[in-house]
Amino acid sequence: MSLRRFIAVRVAATVPILFGVSVLTFALVHLTPGDPIDQMVALNPQISAAEEAAIRARYGLDGPVWQQYLTWMGNVLQGDLGTVIIVDQPVLPYIMARLPETIALGLFGWAIALLIAIPTGIYAAVNKDTLGDDLSRVFALSGISLPNFWLGLMLILVFALWLDLWPVLAPDKPLLSTEMLWYLVLPGVTIGTASSATLMRVMRSSMAEEMNKEYVTAARAKGLPERTVVLKHVLRNSLISVTTIAAFLTASIFAGAVVVEQVFAWPGLGRAFVGAIIGREVDLIMAITLFTGVTIILANLLADIMYAVLDPRIRYD
Amino acid sequence: MALLEVEDLTVKFYTEEGVVTAVDDLSFRIKRGEKFGVVGESGAGKSVTALSVMRLIEEPGRIESGTVRFDGEDLMEMSESEVRDVRGNDIAMIFQDAQTALNPVYTVGEQIAEAIRHHLDYGDAAARDRAIRLLDDVGIPEPEARYDDYPHEFSGGMQQRVVIAMALSCDPDLLIADEPTTALDVTIEAKILDRLERLAEEYDTAIQLITHDLGVIAEMCDRVMVMYAGRAVEKATVEEMYYDPKHPYTVGLMSAIPRIGDRQDRLQTIPGTMPDLVEVPSGCSFHPRCPFAEEECTRKQPPLVDPETGEGVGLSDRAAACLAYTGDLDNELDYEVEVRGRAEQPDDGQPDPRVRRPDSEPVRTDSDPVGLDTDLLDQNDDGEDDAGGLSDG
Repeated sequence: MSLRRFIAVRVAATVPILFGVSVLTFALVHLTPGDPIDQMVALNPQISAAEEAAIRARYGLDGPVWQQYLTWMGNVLQGDLGTVIIVDQPVLPYIMARLPETIALGLFGWAIALLIAIPTGIYAAVNKDTLGDDLSRVFALSGISLPNFWLGLMLILVFALWLDLWPVLAPDKPLLSTEMLWYLVLPGVTIGTASSATLMRVMRSSMAEEMNKEYVTAARAKGLPERTVVLKHVLRNSLISVTTIAAFLTASIFAGAVVVEQVFAWPGLGRAFVGAIIGREVDLIMAITLFTGVTIILANLLADIMYAVLDPRIRYD
Repeated sequence: MALLEVEDLTVKFYTEEGVVTAVDDLSFRIKRGEKFGVVGESGAGKSVTALSVMRLIEEPGRIESGTVRFDGEDLMEMSESEVRDVRGNDIAMIFQDAQTALNPVYTVGEQIAEAIRHHLDYGDAAARDRAIRLLDDVGIPEPEARYDDYPHEFSGGMQQRVVIAMALSCDPDLLIADEPTTALDVTIEAKILDRLERLAEEYDTAIQLITHDLGVIAEMCDRVMVMYAGRAVEKATVEEMYYDPKHPYTVGLMSAIPRIGDRQDRLQTIPGTMPDLVEVPSGCSFHPRCPFAEEECTRKQPPLVDPETGEGVGLSDRAAACLAYTGDLDNELDYEVEVRGRAEQPDDGQPDPRVRRPDSEPVRTDSDPVGLDTDLLDQNDDGEDDAGGLSDG
């Protein structure tokens, strides 16, 4: 009941956030010179000025920016996200066709990040100030420092070209086939590495802090094996701060997807986003941005709910 | 054979400031079912001693030497997994601050039951039943419903009861209670101590009670060890400590207890503070604060001896570590114990011994930066009743 209310309030709060995001994005897109029609005209110089104006009018690209925004907003409120002009296709099916690819990649990257970060973080915290801890620190620093595109290219070079363990291009198989999931490992690692480094550091420091608490000594004094002390008592307390960061990293996972999809020729939203920016596809840019915004808001909402699951002291009533 | 025999225990902490000898060559024993008090100021090494007995000292601390025989077996020689079988099972610990000793994210019931499942091989349901019975034993109302509550849903006193239930869960032979009531208010304290004492009887458990509160010792314990700067300075029965303290530090502690009816403006204090354990004063570590200290005290570390004979005593139950008993001092320890209450209120039954010391300056040595506030004994004792007498001007 109260949790439901909490969620309702949070969902309602997304409205002003999304409104702000849309205004900002719309303004930014229009600050950049050019629109899709300019490109059409450049490709077909025989188009007359009258025809050009007619096309602009058809896509609502004439008139002042505020008017265009209001028109766009009016359409969105009626469920019409607009058109991808270059292919003359509605935005919604265009996005829906690419969404599963990006979700698969994002979840994969996220899973890999957590899979690397949590065990390494625990290891580093338990073996604080040992060689293993230092090595994990080096790994974290490198993970944060390596640019996504470079890491992706290196992985392709080493594992796809030299070692021939992975295909260079995504196989033409359904998304949930073993071949596809296998192919997703390299882009997943590329996306997950930077996030895993951040997560690992948070995991380590939060574990190390919890390890000094008296309930840990109390658990040891009960005669529990160290494994139980760490994995049962300490871990759950440490996961609270990790949850915050994990939700926060959703944004960087998506930002990573934009680059990684490009590097791995992955047909997802990230790649569509790059195309949309190059082609000044206002409606598509707006839709993907808003979609990303909703995802990040949802991830944070999920984190808030996770807090309550992890820590009984946190209740929303 | 005593239940617990600690011999020559030395624990050091390797900190950045230097090596801290938190426990220095400490020996004591606790008999089966006995209630043994350990008193001293903060930093005397009481808690470190307790953790050492369970081999729970963590980095940068290290148990340097000594034996801890429990039921005849040396815990120091055991493997980690053998020690784990003792922890929580044969020796259990009650922590000072229940709020921090309980894991906030698990129910109190689970935190009691997990040790039962682990040590006694109980199934889930049986462990739950036993935990509920323990909650009932420590005086938590509606234990069945409270089993599934989290620590933050309990008051401080109730949390401490949970911690006691946790410690008693596997019916230990020795309960180490580290300042179990310090975090509680006085009325709750009395109830908890009362309950602890009853349960110790019921479960036939020996208690090592660590405290800085002499009143708590008087109420509960059979024997006492007074610690100062990591060493035992006096061991005695509770009666002996109250009516016939032998070490100047014990004398100081006793005279620092305020009494109802005293008409004095200031509390008695022992001048100065516990020394920094990185640089313990030479000779007797108490000498910079001791009103009876002489030159010799700065040079010679007093052994723990029988105050009557001056002989070394090992694990004996009556001992004090002061050069006065080894014949190294020129003067006598000059203080007297005044027992009030008996004469004035014959029906009281609670005699009120008071230790009085002369108002003398401690011997100053180079290592002594303190020792200014030496008003040890300055109360009017004429028995005149002038309504409180907070000040006379």
